[in-house]
Amino acid sequence: MLREPAADHGIRAERIQKRLGGNDVLRGVDLTVRPGEILSILGSSGSGKSTLLQCLNLLTVPDRGDIWVHGEKLAIRAISQQGGQARILDHRQVRRVRASMGMVFQSFNLWPHKTALENVTEGPVLVKGIRRNAAADLGRHYLAKVGLSDKADAYPRHLSGGQQQRVAIARALAMEPRVLLFDEPTSALDPELVGEVLRVMAALAGEGRTMVIVTHEMAFAREVSTRAAFMHRGLIEEESPPQEFFSSPVSSRLRGFLASHR
Amino acid sequence: MDGFVVQFVNGLKTTVLLALVSGSLGMALGLLAAAGRLSRWRAVSAGIGFYTTIIRGVPELIIILLIYFGGTVAISAFFGRYVEVNAFLAGVVSLTVVFGAYTAEIFRGAVLSIPAGQIEAARSLGLHPWQTWLLVILPQMLRIALPALANQWISLVKETSLISIVGLTDIMRVAAIGAGSLRAPLTFYLAASALYLALTSLALVIFNLLERRFAVPGR
Repeated sequence: MLREPAADHGIRAERIQKRLGGNDVLRGVDLTVRPGEILSILGSSGSGKSTLLQCLNLLTVPDRGDIWVHGEKLAIRAISQQGGQARILDHRQVRRVRASMGMVFQSFNLWPHKTALENVTEGPVLVKGIRRNAAADLGRHYLAKVGLSDKADAYPRHLSGGQQQRVAIARALAMEPRVLLFDEPTSALDPELVGEVLRVMAALAGEGRTMVIVTHEMAFAREVSTRAAFMHRGLIEEESPPQEFFSSPVSSRLRGFLASHR
Repeated sequence: MDGFVVQFVNGLKTTVLLALVSGSLGMALGLLAAAGRLSRWRAVSAGIGFYTTIIRGVPELIIILLIYFGGTVAISAFFGRYVEVNAFLAGVVSLTVVFGAYTAEIFRGAVLSIPAGQIEAARSLGLHPWQTWLLVILPQMLRIALPALANQWISLVKETSLISIVGLTDIMRVAAIGAGSLRAPLTFYLAASALYLALTSLALVIFNLLERRFAVPGR
């Protein structure tokens, strides 16, 4: 389907609510991500940051609230009073939107029976209909970008955690998405492997890409973000440019959080 | 005795054909049932759970007799005169139903053991659910299910011998006839055992090759 090359409106989420396992994980969150912005979302575990991120591409369907991606409102039905689950109404739209938002997961989620290159190329082939050999060129290009040209034919099991996560980043990049979502990309890594992944992410940030990063890496968030948000109990408690966020936080909870993560 | 060699060869063909046809149909049924069992629609999932529980809980021999005699009654009623169900067909239907119930549970367990994150990754790229099945779920599920499937196929080969009770001339029936007419039960049943053992051994070899073929590289 051809669409007008409309202005990129980024992402807008309004009054997002989600209840999971009897807990109100998200309690009416508003979030805006402007094009070119690098937004870090910080907060203690259980504050709802990962759930909020998963709501943006509807891997988790919010119970209530509206989401716009690149100016397009996502068709979802809210949870009903009779207990009917919230659900996606337009699956085709959601697949299109997901293809435009690359996601990188905490546990990499590479497919173990596919090589690094195959992990990267399956998306472009299956979703965008790119021919296999063209996709292979594309895949090699993005593997090179994350510094793994020599690992194209390696299976995930032969790669270190840091290398697996870089393949996962290449897999997201190969879809040439307009937004990159990172869900605690370094939390599952051994400390000595965190640096290689953060360096790749910093390089991507330097290209002016739109990125939303859920992370516990304070120094990285401070250095790379254009804006930081602090979540507490299912709401965004404070958001500001990184200088203010880290140097002169307003909320006492954020001050406490920053002090405990120094 | 010479005449029985030919009969054993024909019986072997019938046994192999019965096992292959009901095994293939049964696996297809098992895959569908596993997908249904994992479905979000609770009625579908519960209905299939009922099917697998009942079938696995009743002796195969009774299922065969029920389908053979039940089939005969139903078809006779339909045509208004006595029609006997073909023994091979009754065998295929009953063994398919049984094999489907067991493999459904095997496939279901295998699907559940695939980490959810791999499926999330496929969804996050915008893959259609059936693309996710073909790319992520099916290849890994088959690998996980292979050892249990091998067991099930071996059981199936042996269970085909039960169909002889409704008159199918398979290895078992040839052996029984020979044992009776030549009064040499030991010879004939040992010969039948050797044939079944050869078939189950062949099945094991094939599954070993398949396991090697589907192994995750680097494991």
